[in-house]
Amino acid sequence: MNGHLRVGIDVGGTNTDAVVLDQSDRLLAKAKRPTTADVTGGIKAALDAVLADPAVDQGRLTHVMLGTTHATNAVIERRNLKRVAVVRIGAPSTTAVRPLFGWPADLRAIVSAGERIIAGGIEYDGREIVPLDRDDLSRFLDSVAGEADGVAISSVFAPVSARHELEAEQIVRRVIGEHVHVSLSHEIGSLGLIARENATTLNAALVGVTAEVTAALDAALEAHGMHPATFLAQNDGTLMALGYALRYPVLTIGSGPANSIRGAAFLSGADDALIADIGGTSTDIGVLVNGFPRESSAAVEIGGIRTSLRMPDLVAIGLGGGSVLSGRDGQSVQLGPASVGYSLSERALVFGGDTPTLTDAAVLAGRARIGSMMPGEDAHELLGRGLEQADAMLADAVDMAKGRKGERPLIVVGGGAVLAPDRLPGISEVIRPPHHDVANAIGAAIASVSGQVDRVFHLGEGGRPAVLEEARSLARAQAVRAGADADAVEIVEVEELPLAYLNAPAIRIRVKAAGPLGSG
Amino acid sequence: MTLIEAADLPALARGCSVLGAGGGGDTQTGVLAVGQAIEQFGPVRVVDLDELPDDGLVIPCGLVGAPMVALEKVGSATEGEQLLAGLGKLIGGTVVALMPLEIGGSNGLRPIGWAVRAGLPIADADGMGRAFPKVSQVTMEIAGVDPSPSVLTEERSNLVAIWAQDGESLERIARALSIEFGGRVALAEYPMTAAQARAATARGSITLAVRIGRAMAARTHASGDPIQALERELDARRLIEGRIVDVERRMAAGFVRGAALIEGLRADSGRAVRLEIQNENLVALEGDTVRAMVPDVIVVLDSHSGEAIHTERLRYGQRVTVAAFPCNPIWRTPRGLTLTGPRAFGYEFDYVPLEQLQ
Repeated sequence: MNGHLRVGIDVGGTNTDAVVLDQSDRLLAKAKRPTTADVTGGIKAALDAVLADPAVDQGRLTHVMLGTTHATNAVIERRNLKRVAVVRIGAPSTTAVRPLFGWPADLRAIVSAGERIIAGGIEYDGREIVPLDRDDLSRFLDSVAGEADGVAISSVFAPVSARHELEAEQIVRRVIGEHVHVSLSHEIGSLGLIARENATTLNAALVGVTAEVTAALDAALEAHGMHPATFLAQNDGTLMALGYALRYPVLTIGSGPANSIRGAAFLSGADDALIADIGGTSTDIGVLVNGFPRESSAAVEIGGIRTSLRMPDLVAIGLGGGSVLSGRDGQSVQLGPASVGYSLSERALVFGGDTPTLTDAAVLAGRARIGSMMPGEDAHELLGRGLEQADAMLADAVDMAKGRKGERPLIVVGGGAVLAPDRLPGISEVIRPPHHDVANAIGAAIASVSGQVDRVFHLGEGGRPAVLEEARSLARAQAVRAGADADAVEIVEVEELPLAYLNAPAIRIRVKAAGPLGSG
Repeated sequence: MTLIEAADLPALARGCSVLGAGGGGDTQTGVLAVGQAIEQFGPVRVVDLDELPDDGLVIPCGLVGAPMVALEKVGSATEGEQLLAGLGKLIGGTVVALMPLEIGGSNGLRPIGWAVRAGLPIADADGMGRAFPKVSQVTMEIAGVDPSPSVLTEERSNLVAIWAQDGESLERIARALSIEFGGRVALAEYPMTAAQARAATARGSITLAVRIGRAMAARTHASGDPIQALERELDARRLIEGRIVDVERRMAAGFVRGAALIEGLRADSGRAVRLEIQNENLVALEGDTVRAMVPDVIVVLDSHSGEAIHTERLRYGQRVTVAAFPCNPIWRTPRGLTLTGPRAFGYEFDYVPLEQLQ
């Protein structure tokens, strides 16, 4: 046994999980600790627990991969947010909707150091709508120089050409200084100016939060005398190098479900499958396509703000191990959404409690073996019908999540994995892999590094093949910048989207490239 | 007169989506643009055409171009004023109200923001009663209103006056200009008097959209059936409740064409409906039997949320309810059917009203 070791950590709503894997991805240690309000306490506890495992040779630890909810929490709790000067390059084409319109007033007051729509912007075909008004930008930046910790810059059609954003960044450096944080929308979101501007502004506001969590992680590692390379998990189930994550904190916001899907894939060896993560209160069903979570096409909201970020596409149902069953004879059973949650081990029938739960139903049916007693006779009918109903709900949700015809396997992970039946319609087999309880932390530890391009390309002389190749090489370059091994990066996804009502030579292309971690 | 406040906009948008028949573009940026106009200038005054003076001018208007572009170029604050100023140079008379040329989708909202900024009311009417792909597929064309002069503008101060010989020419000219101006232009067309408008428009569209949106929200929140709201407000009939088991799409001459297959669930188990699409939902077929056809309105609703689903967002596995309701009677006239009947969309069969179909 030799070679490098990696730690994967996933901070969930309830638990913080940590695992240690060796170079051949074998699990050496795992731990589950309660998530703390400050996030860092739970990380430290879980990390300490796995490092204390005798199977772990601390000296060989080279990488730490962290998936965390701190960025979401910071927005929801309005905590540790930076002040941002919001620059939109979009007059006159966007003046009907001002920046941050529709944001909750308190969040806007905390985050915004000032907003301005500057003349400029790009057309869908790459032409300039009007020239960038450099003087107006300088005047605005002068007026907020003392107030703003960072600047968020969003230009009309930046996903087609970023040249106005890049020029504006140079002006910020000259007017405010070299060290001020600058978030550029073309690096953060896809089409849809308002949603992309929102995501870019949140990103600039969150810059300090990631630094805080990684500092706490570093301190915990330092206490063990370790200095491994640190990576953060992002929305699509891939990793960002720490330096990159510090600049793009908003991209970590959906990493939890992505980690769980990737972890389930790894544990089961599947590439195309459905994943059900069954918890105490709810179940999330996601889809694995070519080894990555399928992304949602709908806009994602963070703290009530619509963003252009792409998250794993999930079907969520209120069904978990603690779901409460009620109902009288002959009537339909009420199943959830109420859950006994943490108190399962006191309130469930199999633990001597008085509340019929889905766990009791699973024990009675022989699917699970937990608790200290069998549920009483009088509850059998209710539990039987409840489990039937739960199976039907799960089957319905799984089918909804599927996204295409044909049978696929279902991989079941999470604390409630035993609740799932062994057969479901449209499912080739139900797989419960070993260590499914820490699938999310494993997902972080085994993740690769990716780069993505989502842009409108104007078809020039080379036609479609030329722009497809350009998109591929941009995605590859982005993956390498994020920390992937340049020699091993592969294109994992290509999508072309037609543009309705534009009988013009332009095409929207999405390309994702991914590869294993580089040695640098 | 009715007032629309910022709080009413989500209901209005939901109603516009239903009336969009699967097309008409995303309503979200329209909600923001109108919301900001209301914040600055106060609520929207919605007036019935009967409340307006006979000789006052009512101006149908809206956006022309690609919905994708409108997601980036969300609109200038002055484009409505530019349209009015341009029209003022071409015709005399007093403009007493603006009117959406199309109630379906985003165009049901944008002219409302322009009206608020111009201090004008919005007429409770529109030129389609739904959404159609072309600016000439309007009720005014059927009623014999001259499309000219029309004016077209964009975010800069470029202003184009068009004397098109007919609606079809206007459509071609406006479409070409929209590409030149970056894929999104504002258009005012078919200027007419209130007296003309009373017989040449789909009336009551804005208040109808708000009623639909409110009724659906009420049903959804009470975890009831949003279709019941449509049955009451629109004489809608349910074609099938089920799940999408296949979706196909392709581009043809700037339009997205395709089809979706819906397999029945529960009471509709064993049945299947095929929905044919060209930006909007055109025809619903069960086997070889046509269950509903354009210009009657076919809408696909998410069975859980009740929200209307845009044709671009239809996807395998979605639980949907497909409903259809009668179009404005103007479309059922011989001239109306020439412009928007099944043959206008390339089908080889004649129109049969929804109520006469099985």
